[in-house]
Amino acid sequence: MSFLEFVPDWLLAHGPAFLMALPLIMAAITAILPNKRVAWTSTFIVTAILTVTAFTIALYNAEVGTTIYKMGGWAPPHGISLVIDALNAPVVVLIALMSLITVIYALPATVAEIKPNKRAPFYAAFLLCTAGLLGMTVTGDAFNVFVFLEVSSISTYVLVAMGAARDRRALSAAYNYLILGSIGATFFVIGVGFLYMETGTLNMADMARILADLDGGSRVAKIAFGFIVIGLGLKLAMFPLHTWLPGAYAYSPTPVAAFLASTATKAALYLLLRFTFFVFDPSYSYVADVLMFVLVGLGVVGMIFASLQAIFQTDVRRMLAYSSVAQVGYMLLGIGIATTASVAAGYLHLLNHAIIKGGLFLAIGAMWYRFGITRTEDFRGLGKTMPLTMGAFTVSGLSLIGVPFTAGFVSKVNLTFAAADSGWWWAVAVIMVTSILALIYIGRLLLVAYFQSPPVVNGEVVVRNEAPIAMLLPMWTLALASVFVGIWSDTMVGMAIRAAELLLGAG
Amino acid sequence: MDFAMTPQIALALLLIIPLLAAVLIPLVGKSQNVREGVTFVAGLALLATVVYLCIDVASGGRPELRLGSFAGRFNFALKLEPLGATFAAIASSLWIVNSLFTLGYMRGNKEKNQTRFFACVAIAIAASMGIAASANLITLFIFYEALTISTFPLVTHKGDAKAKRGGTIYALILMGTSLALLLPAIIGTYVIAGTTDFVIGGIFPPGTSLFATSILLFLFAFGIGKAALMPTHPWLPNAMVAPTPVSSLLHAVAVVKAGVFTMLKVITYTFGPALTLATPSSTWLAWIAAISIVLASVIALRQDNLKARLAYSTVSQLSYITLGAMLAVSMGILGGGLQIVMHAWGKITLFMCAGAIYTIAHRTNISQLDGLGRTMPWVFGAFLVGALSIIGIPPLGGSWPKFMLMMGAVDSGKAILIVALIASSILNIIYLVPIAVRGFMKAPANPEDDAHIAEVRKKHRWVIIPPVITAIGSLVLFFFAGSILDFLQPILPAGGL
Repeated sequence: MSFLEFVPDWLLAHGPAFLMALPLIMAAITAILPNKRVAWTSTFIVTAILTVTAFTIALYNAEVGTTIYKMGGWAPPHGISLVIDALNAPVVVLIALMSLITVIYALPATVAEIKPNKRAPFYAAFLLCTAGLLGMTVTGDAFNVFVFLEVSSISTYVLVAMGAARDRRALSAAYNYLILGSIGATFFVIGVGFLYMETGTLNMADMARILADLDGGSRVAKIAFGFIVIGLGLKLAMFPLHTWLPGAYAYSPTPVAAFLASTATKAALYLLLRFTFFVFDPSYSYVADVLMFVLVGLGVVGMIFASLQAIFQTDVRRMLAYSSVAQVGYMLLGIGIATTASVAAGYLHLLNHAIIKGGLFLAIGAMWYRFGITRTEDFRGLGKTMPLTMGAFTVSGLSLIGVPFTAGFVSKVNLTFAAADSGWWWAVAVIMVTSILALIYIGRLLLVAYFQSPPVVNGEVVVRNEAPIAMLLPMWTLALASVFVGIWSDTMVGMAIRAAELLLGAG
Repeated sequence: MDFAMTPQIALALLLIIPLLAAVLIPLVGKSQNVREGVTFVAGLALLATVVYLCIDVASGGRPELRLGSFAGRFNFALKLEPLGATFAAIASSLWIVNSLFTLGYMRGNKEKNQTRFFACVAIAIAASMGIAASANLITLFIFYEALTISTFPLVTHKGDAKAKRGGTIYALILMGTSLALLLPAIIGTYVIAGTTDFVIGGIFPPGTSLFATSILLFLFAFGIGKAALMPTHPWLPNAMVAPTPVSSLLHAVAVVKAGVFTMLKVITYTFGPALTLATPSSTWLAWIAAISIVLASVIALRQDNLKARLAYSTVSQLSYITLGAMLAVSMGILGGGLQIVMHAWGKITLFMCAGAIYTIAHRTNISQLDGLGRTMPWVFGAFLVGALSIIGIPPLGGSWPKFMLMMGAVDSGKAILIVALIASSILNIIYLVPIAVRGFMKAPANPEDDAHIAEVRKKHRWVIIPPVITAIGSLVLFFFAGSILDFLQPILPAGGL
């Protein structure tokens, strides 16, 4: 691995700690930095370093396999360990990369949406959120997960509320999210508490070993599992625990919506995978029941209902939010079928959907930036007035539908096969039908954008007014990434299969 | 010269030649004559390539070319077989004739954006060639979508509100049905059969649930919107807002034939005739096709606009092919294949005649055509020949497929469908022949106008010659039906049905 030769040894050795420590420290510093560009520059540098570090760690992981970092030299299970394995390395890269992309995009977006005296706190909250998400992904300690979950959640409430400068409804959305998010976190920590009661440890690998010795454990372990699934279900917007999500996505500042859509629910889903298959095991009957009846059931109901709800939204961001709930359903379905192929497909969809939905939210944010567009009927003539932005929206939208040569196609096809291989033919039908629903809600926007003339404002036809390059670059990066994955999917599919094999064993 | 033509290279040329033309046309767009020169050179080169490939296919060759793979499991590949070679042959030969007509029409009517027009046509031809030579369903799907996208600027060429509305319906129905029904059908096929390659006799493993194949067959039949099986047909009449050369090449040949070609291909190579016959929904679809045939003819009868009437006639004639496919007996499938050829030559003649009438006399409605045949005898003569071929009267090419489809209906035990075929033929006579009869027999409403038209006519010989060529072609093809059938025979599973 030639790239790794250039990386200093300390980064390879301490990378996992660096990933969460750097944004945490820099968040505190950024908060007191003068406003204007300085805060943005420092955030940009931090996220760029994080991205490089994340890539390095992922490459290193691909080479040497699972690494366990002992915080402060304290050996697990007593000390806190940071684990990098095939399951979380891609998620770490995803979070770091999305933070970098969001920061680039935020340069023009915050100028329009955040008051000057709030910009430094905005970036501080953003870095805290990144630190929390990265922390809960890399940590190997269950209580530590809760801490970072709260770090990311609380900073997210702040970020969502900052949308109030644009739309006052952001405040109620943030409050709503705060209440439900806190309930979710509480459920989660109660679950962890019960697990501690059962196993006497907080280290996840240790928990897994002890639970296996106990054959899944007593009633306490079952209750713990229930609390954890519900707590995480709230965070990952599992239907019907998703009610906080549309508001949070629709009224938060545009960069925040994009960042949340592509990372926050994904990190929670990662935790669900970690707990379901790693700490617990699908061979325990209660886990298998939850997978089969709760995750699959709610996943499928969510796919159908949220897609239908998306069709009837008039606000595009709410529509995309409901679509996210539906897409989470795909991932839950993949997880719930619980074969290596299906978990790989669900995991793949987790990564792909982050790319897709991130691109869509960035594009709709740029439309708001130029024309104040939030509603579906405002899309009239966008194919002419913002061809590049609309182009990125179209590519990502087609990927969401699952058109060949896009990332969405790859993950949906893999999920379809996984379902068919397990004989879940009705699930195949549901995937097809919900893809058609996605075609309807995306297609009607494309129809309005490309087949209707630009609107007339104050007696003049709206002319071309493209988004700034700092917005176009991020959204096209994601749009092209989605096409790239759609054609050369082997790397991504390989990652997903390695992750699934880690959880379920090969075959 | 050490360069030797191989079928593989020829297969690549099928795509390369029209795409190269599409690139060159905008580059030389300044000079009209050079630009049209590019189209004709490309057309002739393409036809030569197709002829070369047809000879290879006729002698048993099945050239293959793998272009790559995507999404880990899907091959992007070309493979030519007789049905595809037939489709490629009509598309490439009629591209040349139609380019002559386009030249006359576009210049005669002083249309704008001619360069974009010629370039888009070239791309559409490339997409058609891709459809013809696709080795599997997923490749076919991609070229199918490319054809829709590349023809959209052609349909909306005029750029006015009416053109946009027509274009919207066109794109909406074709993209909508393909994404919502065809793509799931293809994925479903892949899930069940493990491949989407085209294999003689079908790919579904024995014992596949007939319920599943029934659903897939429905998805295919309505997902292939280009075949215009009712109720997916409204895009076709709406696409008539396009300039006539588009209607003649794309909506009588390339686009609609891509649709019915796909339908035949799915029946013969994906399902296989035996499985189609065993699948209950094929009977339903045969009936839907029969209803389409009659209903579209009835609607055609009520159209006064010449192009609209031809459009509904096309809807009706396309369903003959779908019907033939759904009958799933050798007579039905071969009759359907033959109908693709014969209808293409017949209908392009009619469309070009309509275009010629519009260019020379600026008339669009049938009620305005009284006595025009006396001033434009060649055009109306060609129209009559084309019409008789569509109706299916010997000695014109169109008579064979009609005859074979009736035989097919009997063979498959659905003899009652003959009623639909005969009813449609009678309706064809009623709505097509009087157009020519009016032209020749009735007295002109305004003789001075017609005298003027006779003057202008001489300027517009390039809109008159092409329909005459294709009319003669329709006549000549009557005598070559046997060779075409021999050529198509290998698409059926060995040992007959």
